[in-house]
Amino acid sequence: MLGKKINHRLHEKQNIEICFSGAVLEKVNKIVSHYPEGKQKSALLPLLHIAQEEFGGSLTVDIMDYVASFLKIQPIEVYEVATFYSQYYHSKVGKYVIEVCHTGPCAICGGEDIAAYIEEKLKIKNGETTTDGLFTLKTVECLGACGYAPVMQINTEFYEFLTNEKIDQIIEGLKAKTDKPENLKWAEKYC
Amino acid sequence: MKPKSKILAKDYLDKLSTGFESSVMPKIEDYNTEKKKTIIYIGAGTCGLGAGAGKTKVAVENYLSEKNIDAKIIEVGCIGYCTAEPIVDIELPEKNRISFSKVTSDKVDALLDSVFAGKSEGHAILGQFEVDGIKPWTKVPKIFDHPFFVKQKRIVLQNCGIIDPVSIDEYIFKGGYKSLIQVLKKQSSDEVISTIEKSGLRGRGGGGFSTGMKWRLAYKTPSDQKYMICNADEGDPGAFMDRAVIEGDPHRLLEGLAIGSYAVGASVAYIYIRAEYPLAIKRLKIAIQQAEDYGLLGHNILNTGFDLKIKIKMGAGAFVCGEETALMHSIEGYRGMPSPRPPFPTESGLFGKPSVINNVETYSNVPSIIQNGWEWYNAIGTERSKGTKVFALSGNVKNTGLVEIPMGTTVREIIFDIAGGIPNKKKFKAVQIGGPSGGCITEENLDIQIDYQNLIAVGAMMGSGGLVVMDEDTCMVDIAKFFMDFIQRESCGKCIPCREGTKRMLEILQNITAKPHNYQGNQALERFRGVMQLEKLGHIIQETSLCGLGQSAPNPVLSTLRYFRHEYEAHIFERVCPANKCTELRKFKILIDKCTGCTVCSKKCPTNAIIGSKKTPHFIVDDKCIGCGSCQEVCKFEAIELI
Repeated sequence: MLGKKINHRLHEKQNIEICFSGAVLEKVNKIVSHYPEGKQKSALLPLLHIAQEEFGGSLTVDIMDYVASFLKIQPIEVYEVATFYSQYYHSKVGKYVIEVCHTGPCAICGGEDIAAYIEEKLKIKNGETTTDGLFTLKTVECLGACGYAPVMQINTEFYEFLTNEKIDQIIEGLKAKTDKPENLKWAEKYC
Repeated sequence: MKPKSKILAKDYLDKLSTGFESSVMPKIEDYNTEKKKTIIYIGAGTCGLGAGAGKTKVAVENYLSEKNIDAKIIEVGCIGYCTAEPIVDIELPEKNRISFSKVTSDKVDALLDSVFAGKSEGHAILGQFEVDGIKPWTKVPKIFDHPFFVKQKRIVLQNCGIIDPVSIDEYIFKGGYKSLIQVLKKQSSDEVISTIEKSGLRGRGGGGFSTGMKWRLAYKTPSDQKYMICNADEGDPGAFMDRAVIEGDPHRLLEGLAIGSYAVGASVAYIYIRAEYPLAIKRLKIAIQQAEDYGLLGHNILNTGFDLKIKIKMGAGAFVCGEETALMHSIEGYRGMPSPRPPFPTESGLFGKPSVINNVETYSNVPSIIQNGWEWYNAIGTERSKGTKVFALSGNVKNTGLVEIPMGTTVREIIFDIAGGIPNKKKFKAVQIGGPSGGCITEENLDIQIDYQNLIAVGAMMGSGGLVVMDEDTCMVDIAKFFMDFIQRESCGKCIPCREGTKRMLEILQNITAKPHNYQGNQALERFRGVMQLEKLGHIIQETSLCGLGQSAPNPVLSTLRYFRHEYEAHIFERVCPANKCTELRKFKILIDKCTGCTVCSKKCPTNAIIGSKKTPHFIVDDKCIGCGSCQEVCKFEAIELI
């Protein structure tokens, strides 16, 4: 086995040159400086959030390896974290990620029907992306907005007391929007 | 020109800090001299924004500019009455602030027209805020006499939905940061910890450990560096109070955290918050910046030599990170997996240093306890549980939202008096309390007084305080299945009982709610062993799991089994779902005398289970039917009946 190249189970390494630069680099360095000397690994979560947003919306092996080298840790340490948390994506996602809550309180109020309606409307299954690259549908666990169930979150916006008609409006509204993907970035602001 | 209030708030703070040395305390009125003008408050928490507060705000702005009215618009957090959002409050100069519910953008013009004309009739009024010496509205009830608010005692939520969350001045003028200054100037760590110990405050995140004792343990552990951590990774289904507190009153949390840090001797504090709460993160960031600008955080605070840096750490979507050891691993950049205790975090926590970890609500209680004294706090509540608790209401209940009640209030009072009972004239069935780690409370136990021990005695727990109300149409096996599904997805996978056990429990539940005909292998046998195995497996998971989440993972099933065993048995032995929720167990039949043979149902049926030729009565093939009910929905002749 020695010397054999091991690929990540989800992607092949493509050896693309990736680098933080400009304001993002500054931001990243600031985040790393938040943690005690020698504990720079603590910055991994925010860095992955930023890297994911900066380099195309999902984490490929190249990106994870770059983050590892940036923090001077082993690539495996990045892989294990990136595959643990549900907000790191490993395949390309749409411009708008629709996250529909399907946990208990929303389920009582019809959360599952909402997810099913969106599947039907956008003709995609849970976890898939529409062919035009606009929408990705994900059912998620509790979004912490149970008082206004059923709810969904699209990027950073919340939509509550959902009905089929509301979904129609929201999706048509988003289709008509001409936001550039850059305007939807938020990790850099919040991390 | 009068100076702006901002400068005065800072002056007031400075006077306050010297006041504790010279015993001459400044008066807020002398510093809050901003000329009164019309203020319009818009509820813009996550609930408000989702209900359309954004559009309401635009409509208000348009109205004001059209009519050339000089008024200030303030976006406030959530007052707790989420069903009534978007809530708009209007404060005219020299008149009480008055609050209106469900002000969608189309209602703005009419509302503002009449309020500016001095009339309030004809709109959905919540009530008015009473202030001494200011002219009240006639025939308008006080807001805190509203049935939703009258039984509440608001300590943690006292500013939520009332003050501008991103204005430190407003918080200061509401008495904020006074406790922090008092503590820094006059009290030793030991005194602060004693006050908290004597107040009887216990952790509001689930465990219910004495906050003062936790602080004492960390205080006593010698170390060059200690950490204070705030757990804002609220992931329990049914709980959303931490979000509302941060969105509505972030400075309260910062003040509590700062007092705790001073008491324990920590110079760095982390707030670990879910990435799903972008608005809360944004407001918290602004609040931290403001507090630093005012010299209330940072280096050498108020010349006392006390340093404190508060940092926000954003999660990435993992429920288990709400467990304290997992949360600390996540801050350190590892997978959020719990580790065995001892050592407890107070000895060896974050980066191996002594750390104290409390949740948002716990910290938010601290400033009020310092300000009013431990005797005041200790007098609220029951013999064994002191103070108030915020509960989040959701599910089949009229008024959803947040309520803060003194310990000792009964569950019945919360659900029927405050929340207005069950909508659509349905009957109450059960309430799931404390999220997936908690349990159910049924009709017979509705009159228990809420405190830590009483809830445990009936098989539930305080948890983080989510109340999911269920009406008679809810199937308890289905609910248990939802919670089990949640837990097995969110199990971190470190220890076997939780990782494998919860998955097996879910499979058993899926088996007993599945269609009887589709069995493979020994599924039929498994089905009959269901209840026995569920109980046995549940107890094993409780006893052998590593962390609190695993140990409480089987609770939803064990608790529903305790009170609704007959429903499980009906699913298993009679193969029916008493609430008709489990679609696969539903059976339909076609009434021959009503069916006209129009073939609509057979075209709609997704599994081709309906046969029959045109203009003759149709027939449902049981083996093929999946119980979806779409035939019943499309039938115009009411010829299809649920058996």
